[in-house]
Amino acid sequence: MMKKLISLVFAVLLASPAFAEEAPDVLVKRVSEEVLEIVRKDRDIQNGNTQKAVELVDQKVLPHFDFRHMTALAVGKDWKKASPGQQQQLTAEFKTLLVRTYSNALTSYKNQKIAYKPFRMNPGDSEVLVRTEVIQPGSKPVQIDYSLEKADGGWKVFDVLVAGISLVTNYRDQFAQEVRSGGIDGLIAAIAAKNKSLLGGGAKADGK
Amino acid sequence: MAWKRFAGIGCLVAGTIAFAGPALADETVHDPLEGFNRAMFAVNEGLDTVVIKPVAQVYDFAVPLPAKAGVGSFFGNIADIRNVLNNALQGKLADAGNDFGRLLINSTVGIFGLFDVASELGLEKHDEDFGQTLAVWGWTESDFLFLPILGPRTVRDTGGWVVDAYTDPTWYTLRKSVAARNTLVALPFVDVRASLLPSDKVVEEAALDKYAYVRDAYLQRRRNLIFDGSPPRLEDVLD
Repeated sequence: MMKKLISLVFAVLLASPAFAEEAPDVLVKRVSEEVLEIVRKDRDIQNGNTQKAVELVDQKVLPHFDFRHMTALAVGKDWKKASPGQQQQLTAEFKTLLVRTYSNALTSYKNQKIAYKPFRMNPGDSEVLVRTEVIQPGSKPVQIDYSLEKADGGWKVFDVLVAGISLVTNYRDQFAQEVRSGGIDGLIAAIAAKNKSLLGGGAKADGK
Repeated sequence: MAWKRFAGIGCLVAGTIAFAGPALADETVHDPLEGFNRAMFAVNEGLDTVVIKPVAQVYDFAVPLPAKAGVGSFFGNIADIRNVLNNALQGKLADAGNDFGRLLINSTVGIFGLFDVASELGLEKHDEDFGQTLAVWGWTESDFLFLPILGPRTVRDTGGWVVDAYTDPTWYTLRKSVAARNTLVALPFVDVRASLLPSDKVVEEAALDKYAYVRDAYLQRRRNLIFDGSPPRLEDVLD
């Protein structure tokens, strides 16, 4: 009886990602499949409801992302010049921008499938790359890779590469340009302005 | 390495463009032609709005998915000629053999390349061109160059594109009818543009500066292709 109970407790612990250390490739696969499963059934998202897509990403995907690390990567060498307060503001604005623009990608979902490439990591690794491919009928597969870092609460994604293009470092030059002309505050203002314009324009785009 | 650079430039119309390409740190994008490029980018945006995008939209709307897939496979099969040559030139003989097998299978069983049978048989599709070959041969840094219709390139990749055109049989076929040939040459452009329609909105929304966004995405994409999908990680500037 006791044995059964103990094994039951272990089974529950293992099944719960909060307790067991979920391997990075398993994490990417689980979250991707969960999100796709929801999108497959959700007509609103398929019909271009950005708000719903953002909510889904917010709930399922964002807990596994480290936006501070992402923002630091995007800002590059100017990051160290920013005060802790400015770093916080930058992170918040950049997060809004990324979530808003790329959640939209979910609304163009059309029967894509994800293939997970063989994953290798060494026991001591604190940074890994999980490689996947989005397979869509009638066109070439698209390579999507996730960079993950070991953190306290499990592995966290800090970069996403689509066809080899980092959605994060692709901003580096644009951000540096803003910092050169208006300093860190200028950059914060520029991203905030972009986010505002997306809110206004987004309503129109959703209504079409 | 200098002769390779000059061989590449020789292919170019832009002989007047000053050329200086020291290897630069990853931090800054090397874009000495930025003024010219931005002007051409603006021209292309205009052309795209008025002509290219509408044509691609009509194509996307009017052509059913199986036919589009056929067009994609057909030109993909022709591109395998380029893949065989460039994989061989880069010393990747196994890949070149793989691509030669693809070409044979798809041109016959796949009915002139309309169906990509080889992929279903497990022969992997590659994406090689002479610009990548030049990079593998040592011309790793090249200035970004934006041309209308051709879109984002580098000086190296523009030269590479001209060389690739010589190995593309669509340029040689249908010699008697220039109009038919030009249609055949233009079709893959339209097909590619149509496939990019869904990403228009993303780029429009994501970019603070669309030119810089497109440029940096292109350069990252090329780097990924040159290293066949596994480029070495750039140094992390944190900490």
